[in-house]
Amino acid sequence: MAERNSFVREVAEKKYEYGFTTDVQTDIIEKGLSEDVVRLISHKKGEPEWLLEFRLNAFRYWLTLEQPTWGHLKMPPIDYQAISYYADPTKKGQGAGGKEQEAIDPELLKTFDKLGIPLEERMALAGTAVDAVMDSVSVKTTFREKLREKGIIFCSISEAVREHPDLVREYLGSVVPYRDNFFAALNSAVFSDGSFVYIPKGVRCPMELSTYFRINARGTGQFERTLIVCDDDAYVSYLEGCTAPMRDENQLHAAIVEIVVKERAEVKYSTVQNWYPGDSEGKGGVLNLVTKRGHLRGANSRLSWTQVETGSAITWKYPSCVLTGDNSQAEFYSVALTNNYQQADTGTKMIHIGKNTKSTIISKGISAGKSQNAYRGLVKVASTADGARNYSSCDSLLLGSKCGAHTFPYMDVHNDTAVVEHEATTSKISEDQLFYCNQRGISTEEAVSLIVNGYAKEVINKLPMEFAVEAQKLLGVSLEGAVG
Amino acid sequence: MEATKQYIDFYSEVCETIASRSQTEMNAQREAALRTFSTQGFPSPKVERYRYAKVEADFSPNYGIALTPLSGPLPPYCFRMADAEPRVRVLYNNVADKADSIVALNTMLCVDTLVVHVPRGVRVEHPIQISNILKGEQDTMVSRRILIVMEELSEADVIITDRAASQSRFLTNQVIEVIMGDGSRLSLYDVEETHLLCTRYNSVFVRQGRDSRLHHTSLTLFNGHTRNRLDVQLQGEGSEVTANGCVIADKMQRVDNNTLIDHQTPACQSSELYKYVLDDSAVGAFAGKVLVREGAQKTVSKETNANLCATRSARMYSQPMLEIYADDVQCSHGSTVGQMNETALFYMRQRGIDEREARLLLKAAFITEVIETIPLESLRDRLHVLVDKRLRGELSKCEGCKLCK
Repeated sequence: MAERNSFVREVAEKKYEYGFTTDVQTDIIEKGLSEDVVRLISHKKGEPEWLLEFRLNAFRYWLTLEQPTWGHLKMPPIDYQAISYYADPTKKGQGAGGKEQEAIDPELLKTFDKLGIPLEERMALAGTAVDAVMDSVSVKTTFREKLREKGIIFCSISEAVREHPDLVREYLGSVVPYRDNFFAALNSAVFSDGSFVYIPKGVRCPMELSTYFRINARGTGQFERTLIVCDDDAYVSYLEGCTAPMRDENQLHAAIVEIVVKERAEVKYSTVQNWYPGDSEGKGGVLNLVTKRGHLRGANSRLSWTQVETGSAITWKYPSCVLTGDNSQAEFYSVALTNNYQQADTGTKMIHIGKNTKSTIISKGISAGKSQNAYRGLVKVASTADGARNYSSCDSLLLGSKCGAHTFPYMDVHNDTAVVEHEATTSKISEDQLFYCNQRGISTEEAVSLIVNGYAKEVINKLPMEFAVEAQKLLGVSLEGAVG
Repeated sequence: MEATKQYIDFYSEVCETIASRSQTEMNAQREAALRTFSTQGFPSPKVERYRYAKVEADFSPNYGIALTPLSGPLPPYCFRMADAEPRVRVLYNNVADKADSIVALNTMLCVDTLVVHVPRGVRVEHPIQISNILKGEQDTMVSRRILIVMEELSEADVIITDRAASQSRFLTNQVIEVIMGDGSRLSLYDVEETHLLCTRYNSVFVRQGRDSRLHHTSLTLFNGHTRNRLDVQLQGEGSEVTANGCVIADKMQRVDNNTLIDHQTPACQSSELYKYVLDDSAVGAFAGKVLVREGAQKTVSKETNANLCATRSARMYSQPMLEIYADDVQCSHGSTVGQMNETALFYMRQRGIDEREARLLLKAAFITEVIETIPLESLRDRLHVLVDKRLRGELSKCEGCKLCK
């Protein structure tokens, strides 16, 4: 018996392994949101006048909006005054001298070690440069010197504001303006930190760039902002990972990712999202409400989003591409797994504007337990997009009779030369496949894990290697208890 | 809001006239309908199911509103509300979505209902044809209501045709309710051939019993603005529905098909096939949702929407949706928007078929897939002719009836 259930027990014991908290002194500002809070955040970060103006405009606009309700989600009410909008774990209480700030709290380092994100140079072996963001502040960015030799800028966005104000000013809010939506306006008003990447013309980034986000402090939200600019003929692959401690309250994560891709440039953006999903009763968990968008400005540019979504109590995001440049190509690969009481309403938007633009959407949804998993996607072909081509395929896998899988594709075609295809299927794991595995001595639990991994392979294969391994493990863990 | 007020004011003026010309079962529903309509008004495009319709604009123009009961001879098994059996009359407004303001408006203004009642075990040999002919010098709004009751094990084919015999502007708000008993079979055809000044809101609501079979075909051959809604509740185990449709639209025509197949019990099957050919500045929309409720295991559902855009200014919105709360199901949907196959065109031109003709042939072949699914042979043949004529731009009158000859 013990042998048979080994897989389930293994994962059951694992549960959410990133659920610890770190005891570091954190500078948290008072809860609540007002113009003063926006000014305080800006002041704490020593920002220039124009950025404060940007924040205030966003905040004033946000006040005029109401939280949208059109998602296929049961959202708990969010009290925006009960959240602290800034938490800085690098601050050392009273003794905060200029010198001490340079050194990182050893507790912090341990945290990122536990997460498998060693900030020290042993990452050289992995060949990945990391920007680690805890709560509201970027803790440390590795490998900056090496990247600088090539002219690549990879730093926290606050640093970028100080050191490269022209670049930030040019691109910030150019892909996701603060008027875009409710959460984008909120983020634009209170965003604290995030990563900034600039790849100059003709440079191929020699290593994978990576940001690791972690919410640690209680009663806070995370509002990070990532801005990636890839100049002509450049290439970059960017990874994003996220975790949070186990808490019985819902924590808000409202981020913005903006990507600008210029002529012949290529950006790969991969996410393994593993925010705390809440317990098996649906208590707590992160509300992941993110606006991600890439703008393919140049001709022949390419952008690909790959996401593995296993965490968060609620995931509500649509990483999108605006294909303005002629012949530009966009791809979206997604695996979204929901278990217990998790809810996901995710997908993508492909807006074809340039000629001969091409997009591919591959979405795999897996629902288990009592979760609800929805794919929602828009493919829009403008009248200028001659020869546009889209192929979308979204499949859903249902494990258990209490969960839901939904597909809401929208296709708006305004051009007669466009070819748009969409197909979707929904089914459960076939009895035949399970029987075949059982026959060969593979237990049902293991067989399910095997089949789910095979089902998601098409997407996982698009991830960089280290991430692919992690993603596979995550799928197994998140399925824990799903087989009845 | 202007338009909403216009209709509420009109209703308060004429409610007594309507009531005096109508029946108790229908009058009993009017107050509640008025409340629904006044609170909701005409749905804006923000209402998901009316995303692609311009309801307010369609209902705003000043129409004379027809308030006359049904007249003329009726086909067999068809009755005026007053002549229908009491047990059938009480089924009025039972299946329709009472929360929908377009349905509510119909319930408010409709004077008479055409009842099609097929008793238990009766197999109606000849198809029942219901012709709606719009005629008049004035711009007119018509509220039509049809109630089809199929008792257990009955069978029938019902063809409903919409035509316009004069060039005035017409606005039709039609609600069809269908109640199908266990083991019944119904083929329901809805053919629209009107003209560019006609606007039609057609809402069809079906409730199916155990092992019943419905074949619904909606054909929009010529119209102005059309919105067809089809809601099917599969309430009995083992019931089946096939909902097909084709649309040929050009000039400034607008056609919006909105369907909901609601699988409430296990082992039901549904299949949908909608095809659109859009030319000139026509706008087409298809939004089809398949809802599989918790416990509706062994559901098999297939939904296909294929569209052909022939010009740059033609626009197509396609939205095939699945909402599934049961795990032992096989559901799929597919949707495509594309153009004519260049290789096929080349092949035909090589063989001496000129390009115009070749394009016509391809369009006709594209639509044929839908027409071929029609079980009624005579109708199928007739439709092939009509589609061919329509694609050649010849069809502006039907020539099928006395009025047009």
